Amino acid sequence: MNYLLGLIVLLIKIAVMLGGLLLVASYLVWLERKLLARLQIRLGPNRAGIFGLLQPIADAIKLLTKEEIVPTAADGFIFRLAPAVVAVTAMMMFAVVPLGPDIRLFGRSVPMVITDLNVGLLFVFALSSLGVYGVALGGWASNSKFALLGGIRGAAQMISYELALGLSLVPVVMLAGSFSLTAIVDAQSGVPFIVLQPVSFAIFVISAMAESKRIPFDLPEAENELGAGFHTEYSGMRFGLFFLGEYVHIQVLGALTAVFFLGGWHGPWLPPVVWLMLKIFIVALIMIWIRGTLPRLRYDQLMALGWKVLIPVSLINIVVTGAFIQFAGFS
Amino acid sequence: MQPIDAHALLSPWQPGMLSLTLYGVVVIALTLAILFLSRWLGRHQPNDEKLRVYESGIIPTGQARLRYPVPFFMVAIFFLIFDVEGAYIFSWAVASRPLGWAGWLQIEFFIGVLIAGLIYVWVKGGLEWGPKRD
Repeated sequence: MNYLLGLIVLLIKIAVMLGGLLLVASYLVWLERKLLARLQIRLGPNRAGIFGLLQPIADAIKLLTKEEIVPTAADGFIFRLAPAVVAVTAMMMFAVVPLGPDIRLFGRSVPMVITDLNVGLLFVFALSSLGVYGVALGGWASNSKFALLGGIRGAAQMISYELALGLSLVPVVMLAGSFSLTAIVDAQSGVPFIVLQPVSFAIFVISAMAESKRIPFDLPEAENELGAGFHTEYSGMRFGLFFLGEYVHIQVLGALTAVFFLGGWHGPWLPPVVWLMLKIFIVALIMIWIRGTLPRLRYDQLMALGWKVLIPVSLINIVVTGAFIQFAGFS
Repeated sequence: MQPIDAHALLSPWQPGMLSLTLYGVVVIALTLAILFLSRWLGRHQPNDEKLRVYESGIIPTGQARLRYPVPFFMVAIFFLIFDVEGAYIFSWAVASRPLGWAGWLQIEFFIGVLIAGLIYVWVKGGLEWGPKRD
């Protein structure tokens, strides 16, 4: 009986989490279109509902009822698999993000996180590396030159940035002394790590932007060079899954930035979940703003930035932080 | 804090393996449901023109199973090397406090070698992507 109750609570937790994730993803699309339009002195979506608020629903219906095309030349199985890989890995990453402190329910404590892995940070890295397969395989399986170029670029870009992304989080792990995201948030109950690690924060945000394949790092898509890059051949809901994956990924990046550097759900006055959502929202807003402001980098500039700037700087940052921790010996 | 024993690992009240597995199953089921729904609701009227690969209006010539340019392989190999070394740094980072100065000195030597390797690759031109300027 107790087990069953726990199972029901768990299922409700998962449903609320995933529902929220997808709802926010669809409204992030609306927000992005609206804000981007204002930045470009346009109106943006304004036909479906007031302020175009029903636009995401209209989009979902349109994508669902569209014809799905698999080119004859494409590798059918991998072509169908690739968008699912992108969407599933993006959603899975959210499993380790703590939404708040444990709450009491039916006289038992219910953790506000799906799973508190003691290697949570490595879990996130593993999934974000797997997500690259979606891009690379989708580009390759399409059997179109533009898609192939997009896919190769995606793979090369990701592997250049993942190093900087990983190394920028080493100081966070050193300060928290754990890979568990819950422990990392707990370690920031006093001072958020952005204050202690501004360099790490900058490297993390830049490489996370590259990881999310958005302007100024959207070379795998690069509309004006490659058609639509790796998803040129995709239509209907398969394209929709790539799209969904991208916007869930924005939320994941917002959540990870919040967890690693902005103190997670810690904050005064407001309830913890609200604080976390606020931080995710601010990060997403800044990413949209950057998209509306910056041009796309050239390919060699991108690789040079990753290998020649971010990786050496993050390595030196690790050494300095290590010495500082030993020297101060704090907490 | 960490669920270690088998009972806690499978308890739905603990943030352990059971909840992760269940979450994974729900996520995959959701994705499959979306794909099934779109297959069910979408129309199917294929024709030769529609099923041809889109290359901006030009009839594609040959396959797109091209050989990857060498620099991409090089980056992949660098990544592999540096990523494995990154894993060592991580395993030190999580225990940096108990290991003390001795651990720090050792990892600093390791990172020094890593930076030397990066400089070597750099000098050899492994990181040059742009058009050659000579």
